[in-house]
Amino acid sequence: MAKMTGGQAVIECLKREGVDVVFGLPGGVLLPLYDVIYHSGLKHILVRHEQGAAHMADGYARATGKVGVCIATSGPGATNLVTGIANAYMDSVPMVAITGQVNTWLIGKDAFQEADITGITMPITKHNYLVRSAKDIPRVFREAFYIARSGRPGPVLIDLPRDVTVDELDFDYPEVDLIGYRPSIKAHQMQIRKAAKALMEAERPVIYAGGGIRYADASRELTELAIKLNAPVTTSLMGLGCFPEDHLLSLGMVGMHGTKYANYAVQESDLLLAVGARFSDRVTGKISHFAPSAKVIHIDVDPAEIGKNVRVDIPVVGDAKNALVELLKEISPKPWSPWSEKIVEWKKDHPLKYLTDAEVIKPQYVIEKLCELAPDAIITTEVGQNQMWAAQFFIHKDPKKFISSGGLGTMGYGLPAAIGAKMGRPECQVIGIAGDGSFLMNSQELATAVVNDIPVKIAIMNNGCLGMVRQWQELFFGKRYSATILGRTSPDFVKLAEAYGAMGLRATRPSEVVPVIKEALKSNLPTVMDFIINPLEMVSPMVPAGAVLSEILELEGCEALNSGMTRNPLVNEAEQGGEIAEPEGCA
Amino acid sequence: MRHTIAVIVENRSGVLARVASLFGRRSFNIDSLSVGPTDNPDHSRMTISVEGDEVILEQVVKQLSKLINVIRVSELVPQDSVERELALIKVNADKEGRAEVMQLVSVFRAKIIDVSTKSMIIEVTGDSQKIEAMERLLRQFGIKEVARAGKVSMIRGSTVVKVP
Repeated sequence: MAKMTGGQAVIECLKREGVDVVFGLPGGVLLPLYDVIYHSGLKHILVRHEQGAAHMADGYARATGKVGVCIATSGPGATNLVTGIANAYMDSVPMVAITGQVNTWLIGKDAFQEADITGITMPITKHNYLVRSAKDIPRVFREAFYIARSGRPGPVLIDLPRDVTVDELDFDYPEVDLIGYRPSIKAHQMQIRKAAKALMEAERPVIYAGGGIRYADASRELTELAIKLNAPVTTSLMGLGCFPEDHLLSLGMVGMHGTKYANYAVQESDLLLAVGARFSDRVTGKISHFAPSAKVIHIDVDPAEIGKNVRVDIPVVGDAKNALVELLKEISPKPWSPWSEKIVEWKKDHPLKYLTDAEVIKPQYVIEKLCELAPDAIITTEVGQNQMWAAQFFIHKDPKKFISSGGLGTMGYGLPAAIGAKMGRPECQVIGIAGDGSFLMNSQELATAVVNDIPVKIAIMNNGCLGMVRQWQELFFGKRYSATILGRTSPDFVKLAEAYGAMGLRATRPSEVVPVIKEALKSNLPTVMDFIINPLEMVSPMVPAGAVLSEILELEGCEALNSGMTRNPLVNEAEQGGEIAEPEGCA
Repeated sequence: MRHTIAVIVENRSGVLARVASLFGRRSFNIDSLSVGPTDNPDHSRMTISVEGDEVILEQVVKQLSKLINVIRVSELVPQDSVERELALIKVNADKEGRAEVMQLVSVFRAKIIDVSTKSMIIEVTGDSQKIEAMERLLRQFGIKEVARAGKVSMIRGSTVVKVP
């Protein structure tokens, strides 16, 4: 057993867990730990705000499947991580967050930069630790990584008082022995047989897949199952890409901004096979009318998800990959059916669509072109309209390549997540799809990207407003645009990018979209593309909150009404009197 | 409906906070909660009374089981288990009332554990109804203070809440 300080033990643990990069920002109580990092050879990315560190660790984890690690100092450093931790918790992202804490003898005395971060993060972590003695460091770190990555993954926080990182200990890396934590991985054989029987008997089956497929690395098994059964597959936002969207059986995304055909198929199905998905309110719409005639099979590694939101007929607790492998053994191929035919027909009759425009850039067009020019890119998103357009119009084929804040819906996620993803998969082109509102919430991380030479590409769908909220105001609040109009000129995103030493590009007309994308993709610098889009564009189709999935609205009527409004607004803004989209004008 | 669950947890700091925080966050209603060590010094046992239908009970059990420090969660069905509560009741008992109070205490098989010239402290154990009945009957003398402990419960017969 080697003698070392607590700080040295922390770094030794990180190395043993295979951590190759950490995202963080130091502070007073972390000085001893950072002094060890200085000589450790561990790659440390210095962020400009701790929230960025948490989202980078999150993006890194989603892109690689490994545990992401972020570090922040006590007090404000730790509380700045909170949004990022909550975000990881909601989307089941494996993460270890390390926070500094004041010396143990000062805890509870309201010392300088003291915050009860274990208390604060209790409801948003899978587990957390306040380490009170240096000798506990190896056990705590080993448990933390094990808990973060096993079962249903999630964030684990470790709070390290300053003196604990200075004190000496005899380093020994113990085996994990947690009497209260034994995740069930292997699905029950009888439940598998029941599920197989129901699948074989079903006439109108639909597979509904979620983020669990990504974490279990079960895309291949899912695809095989769907093809063998000739059953269509829809996904939640978190599950995008776990079934190739260019496949005949793909229904794309289900729910509020899902495809019409996915929503129709779910509502008319007689059997719903949910795998690694949690029936969120954005997926189910009015829950009492969700998939009314369907028997529900629910495969999930977290038993608490089964029966939480919808009634389940055949529960299967287990890892998605294990369950699907077992299920595949129990089923035989099913022929192309009238149901399969109906799916194809729905897809033909109700495709995702938008009105093209020769003068004004349509965001959907930008996404389509990004997909055409960089089909294998990792896509991260911000939250809101940009996120939904990215979900709808990019053709997703790999669940590790669509990285988006689903559960928490965190604006400001996309840029740092892109940086984290690029650190994890440097060989991939990483494109962050953003809105002008979201982007500003963590735009300081452009400095991180530039200084550390992490060439992410950000495509801002600049509509001068908080688009999704504005859309709801237009539809449900009598076009009273309360506090949603941002204006187009502040900041100038091209200049902002350049100020950081990144590349800034702008497209104001549709003809400029492709050249801008091509230039950005060629660039070795972090690059911001500012696409000046139609400010009145809406995300369509849409199931209004609380409505039944089949009551899905096509919003192109409004769109037709609005087209011709505020052409090229950035250029014309001065002439128009400075205000963007005198919005009543469009009615 | 009211359900009683026994929760075996690791005996370390912060575990009660985790359980309480979970109930708050998931909007489960706790009617009563009691905690104490078990025969194994590493474990504590909580008895929690929770209000809700079967679906809520199932969620309570599953969500509690997800806590890393929770070792075992088990529902105790009323007809198959015994449950006890304890209350200390300080009641007015001067010369006139004292004899009558003592009679009640004896009928309820309760205990007088402190006497002064003007009052007594009565210790009563039993199920909730018994304690409430005792309290009701003592009210005529003037109750000065009540302290009740949460319910504890155990399965009848040789069956136990097993710890893996």
